[in-house]
Amino acid sequence: MAEAPLIEVDSISKMFGSVIALKDITMTVEAGEVLCLLGDNGAGKSTLIKTLSGVHRPSSGEIRVGGKPVAFDSPRDALDHGIATVFQDLALVPLLSVTRNFFMGREPTKGSGPLRRFDVTFADRVASEEMAKIGIDVRDPSQAVGTMSGGERQCLAIARAVYFGAKVLILDEPTSALGVKQASMVLRYIAQAKARGLGVIFITHNVHHAFPVGDKFTLLNRGRSLGNFAKTDVTREQILEMMAGGKELDDLEAELAEFARADSTADGGAAAAESAMAASFHDEVEQVHHPRQ
Amino acid sequence: MAETTAAPATADGDERLSKTPFVKKALGRPELGAVAGAVLVFVFFGIVAGGTGMFSARGIINFLEVSSLLGILAIGVALLMIGGEFDLSIGSMIAAAGMVVAIPAVVWGWPMWLCILLAFGVAVLVGLGNGWLVVTTGLPSFIVTLGGLFILRGATIGFTRLLTGRTQVSGVGDAAEGDFLAPLFGGEVLQGLFVWLSSIGVVGQRLDGLPLVSGVPMSIVWFFVLGAVATWVLLRTRYGNWIYAAGGDKSAARNVGVPVNRVKISLFVITASVATLVAVIQVLDAGSADTNRGLLKELEAISAAVIGGCLLTGGYGSAIGAMLGALIFGTVQMGIFYTGVNTDWFKVFLGAMLVIAVLSNNYIRKKATEAR
Repeated sequence: MAEAPLIEVDSISKMFGSVIALKDITMTVEAGEVLCLLGDNGAGKSTLIKTLSGVHRPSSGEIRVGGKPVAFDSPRDALDHGIATVFQDLALVPLLSVTRNFFMGREPTKGSGPLRRFDVTFADRVASEEMAKIGIDVRDPSQAVGTMSGGERQCLAIARAVYFGAKVLILDEPTSALGVKQASMVLRYIAQAKARGLGVIFITHNVHHAFPVGDKFTLLNRGRSLGNFAKTDVTREQILEMMAGGKELDDLEAELAEFARADSTADGGAAAAESAMAASFHDEVEQVHHPRQ
Repeated sequence: MAETTAAPATADGDERLSKTPFVKKALGRPELGAVAGAVLVFVFFGIVAGGTGMFSARGIINFLEVSSLLGILAIGVALLMIGGEFDLSIGSMIAAAGMVVAIPAVVWGWPMWLCILLAFGVAVLVGLGNGWLVVTTGLPSFIVTLGGLFILRGATIGFTRLLTGRTQVSGVGDAAEGDFLAPLFGGEVLQGLFVWLSSIGVVGQRLDGLPLVSGVPMSIVWFFVLGAVATWVLLRTRYGNWIYAAGGDKSAARNVGVPVNRVKISLFVITASVATLVAVIQVLDAGSADTNRGLLKELEAISAAVIGGCLLTGGYGSAIGAMLGALIFGTVQMGIFYTGVNTDWFKVFLGAMLVIAVLSNNYIRKKATEAR
């Protein structure tokens, strides 16, 4: 593609006093591409997205949107540049209806002067249409968001960002609090957004959610980038290893097995329980490493 | 798009429709409790006080007038509560505004229209002050306006004594004579209608041939006009959506660009203004102002709003509910008077009503937002 990438992050760093939260992070997102930002807790994912979404300003380095350097003053400013962030709190009001949440702060109006009013018919129609596009059939757009499932809420927040002209979507752990079914609903939607030509930055610590939808992976560890990888160059296991999660889990597994062995000589009953636990944990780790293909 | 969305909807349309029966839809409305309460109260007094003249034209105007004064307050309070805040200073504001009208008019001889405008000007300033304090300090509005309650009441008594040497200013009626603005707040409308109604025998006549009910007091007109406007604003304007959003979750609202602080400050201006409206109506009606006016009205207005379905935590409620809540108040107050029960029991009844309303609201909200 000859065009400039949607968003380019050029060696940005962020310091909080003497704490280096981010150091020389570089990445790019093209249109129709999903970049997965992976990292364990404290790796700097949140700081990075807050910098991209205009909450923080980078201490050094440059962010370019469509090839032009930008400095965001606020999330609103970032939004005006087409960069929409869906934070974990989703910015939804549970007691309000789907429609009212969808258009919150950006209500369509008709009429003029003192009779300028919220165009409810239009808003209801658009809200159900947009939700239908992502495969959620909203029975009644006036139903409260509180009655929706976590996945549906996440999709609503994303659909809202897309509808209001986002070119780059930054999704902060959209699947972390969701069950398997709900998470796959969100993942399917991410794939859809990509197909529509949006750039997506998908923040997660779950490789199994990232790998199916991601085109590129950027790994963060302790504020530094472990590198950018294209999907073709890397396997799921390699990413897991790099996230340090893989090694830690292996170590833990070995340790537990060790405990079980040591205890079996001392106490029969308790040891049996322990080893059973170790075995089930082993299974679980296996699941994480090699899920049912 | 319309084609594709319509297809799956019709495929399982019936099955889906049967899942949301009317009852559940009604449960989702904030006014439900108040409607039930109002029906109950009317049926009760219809049976108990049916023959006492409570439901004659005069009686209806009586309880509507009592309800409307509280209702005007309750509508403003409901908007503020939906926006997630309280205003405890409105009772004191009634006394203060009454004096702001009466003292310049009677003591200094200002024209009445100027005094009324001055009172609303003061209300806007008080509202801005309350709102500004709440949003900038982040303190609970309950505490900030509780301070306002004492300050306003104290200042009203202090200034009134200082300027007049008394705590009551009378003679407003004469001052309002011939004023162009005063009839908008005091007096009655539709006198002609009642003369006609009495001539055809629908409304009783006095011995001198005038109808028993001379007209509809302006407070009732204001009550219905404000209720209609507030309902329209809440349900059909951007500002209305912002009120719900600001009360429902202010950080979420802020994140999507709702000017939460501006909304909240404006709501405090509204509550101070409705208190002033009530004050002006009362002062013109009674012809005098008293530093004791509006005592405990803030709590009655909050009660009416809560009976009407407003949540104490904000983000939920309706203006119509608040109107019904006020109607329940007024009806019970007059009903107890008509049935001849000792009026001491009025407050017991209201307290019980309030607790029941809160319990049922809580239940309804849980039902309304229950995850599938």
